[in-house]
Amino acid sequence: MKLIFEKGAPGQHLTLMPPCDVPEVTLSRPRTEPLDLPHVSETELTRHYTALSKRVHGVNDGFYPLGSCTMKYNPKINEDMAALPGFTQVHPLQPEETVQGCLEVLHESEKLLCEITGMDAMTFQPAAGAHGEFTGLLLIKAHHVHRGDTARKKIIVPDSAHGTNPASAVMAGFSVVNIPSGEDGCVDVEALRAAVGPDTAGLMLTNPNTVGIFDKNILEITRIVHDSGGLCYYDGANLNAVMGVVRPGDMGFDVIHLNLHKTFSTPHGGGGPGSGAVGCKDFLRPYLPGPVVVQDEAGYHLTRPKHSIGRVKDFCGNFTVVVKALTYILTLGREGIPEAAKNAVLNANYMMKRLSEKYDMAYAGPCMHEFVMTLQDLKDETGCSAMDVAKGLLDHGIHPPTMYFPLIVHEALMVEPTETESQETMDQVCGVFLSLWDLAHSNPQALHDAPTKTPVRRLDEVGAARNPVLRYTGE
Amino acid sequence: MNFPAELKYTKDHEWLQAIDETTALVGITDFAQSELGDLVFINLPQEGDEVTAEEPFCDVESVKAVSDVMSPCTGVVAEVHTDLEDEPQLLNEDPYGAWIARIKDITAYGELMSADEYEAFVEK
Repeated sequence: MKLIFEKGAPGQHLTLMPPCDVPEVTLSRPRTEPLDLPHVSETELTRHYTALSKRVHGVNDGFYPLGSCTMKYNPKINEDMAALPGFTQVHPLQPEETVQGCLEVLHESEKLLCEITGMDAMTFQPAAGAHGEFTGLLLIKAHHVHRGDTARKKIIVPDSAHGTNPASAVMAGFSVVNIPSGEDGCVDVEALRAAVGPDTAGLMLTNPNTVGIFDKNILEITRIVHDSGGLCYYDGANLNAVMGVVRPGDMGFDVIHLNLHKTFSTPHGGGGPGSGAVGCKDFLRPYLPGPVVVQDEAGYHLTRPKHSIGRVKDFCGNFTVVVKALTYILTLGREGIPEAAKNAVLNANYMMKRLSEKYDMAYAGPCMHEFVMTLQDLKDETGCSAMDVAKGLLDHGIHPPTMYFPLIVHEALMVEPTETESQETMDQVCGVFLSLWDLAHSNPQALHDAPTKTPVRRLDEVGAARNPVLRYTGE
Repeated sequence: MNFPAELKYTKDHEWLQAIDETTALVGITDFAQSELGDLVFINLPQEGDEVTAEEPFCDVESVKAVSDVMSPCTGVVAEVHTDLEDEPQLLNEDPYGAWIARIKDITAYGELMSADEYEAFVEK
């Protein structure tokens, strides 16, 4: 397929921009050469992007069990609400009294999400999960520094953690202490006890963890960290398994991020935009990024917390994403939120049980909202790797599960069906998984050759990583 | 799988080749590169860096994952194998020829295994 730059011809153009209705100004340093933009007509432009859209796979095309990413269906009512002119035809610098509705959305979303997570305050500035982690860690840092304890420079992270956890800790100026997981994939409590001390700033943890298991020692884990003087950070990537059922605040966590684009059904992937809302307990509220929304008799106002860490993004974050998340919460309500979580867990267990007919599970026992398979034996027996099976799924219109994560499981495939898939869909997908297992034994070459029915065949991932071409140069 | 007898090995899959009492070459083992898969990037240490035994001093990236490389000894980086920057595949093609760094002023070693011990460790 040609790039947009390779289409059209000089002289072709389109008129999408309305006439300019503000005074034009001359820049102090005007461009000396025109921008190198594609020369295409409106017809050609729409055809280009329509063609591209037909070559991608989204949750509206088919099953998308990308573990740890919660690719649930995004209800269309969310889009309707976010498209209301009162939300789209506003400017973030408008006077407060003219955007009371928008501020109410932020205030209401904060209240409801605090109720769901057991937190006391929340900011919607961070644009995604890792950005939320970074923000949360800055709150932890501000807490220690503000009370004059500058020795706390270490963040403890289990070896099963999302790769973003140690990366965020380093970005926030901490050093990382890795602790091993136990046989059951949970935190090794003794290793944690040995790791904490007067230099511990905090612990970052996901619960249920990255292998889809709820850590039964969670209260002891958070107590050990608190007893050492550290704080507990909850990575909300896996909240979908427990929302409305159990609250991170009650597990002993002090600060948390949520992925509204995972758990709360806002668009995800392809750049989102996402929203990594950060919640905290009351004692961390003074450090939150500003502005935050407060309410008094006169209405809603934006204000900067007393010891704010400053802005982490412009204005109030990706605002219309919050509108979509609020729509979702209000649509599901008090009963629907835990029901969604329970169905997510039920669906994952259903698929795990069916697939364990042939596939090896990395961990025994029931899972939460996702499960991890290990294809090491299949690879040893047939030469077909987790990658080959993943590519085989593509030929059946199924997005592969998360591959080679968590790192502690060899030849890992991590499956998260979410609650928005029907039993019929899961039955069909399980049938495909099981048939690929058979194919690996009967005709491994067929799996090595997959995919054969997709717009592009197997990509040269190594070449792409070693010699990336990031910019069109006209060559 | 290749386990040259003249090298020492760590449980984190690095090798160490002693040049004299306080100098050594270090790299990653054949087993490490085969587990990681095709390497696409290496974040090399810098000359003069102080490294500590059993702590990360470098990281490597494959299409699967990014992994820390732990130092087998405590010392100072005397020289870095900068060819690896443009050709990380050397780590796959010749893991024992593709040394990562030469360490000098070695004052301590981490837990090291002989080739036989390491082979048994990997088998497990």
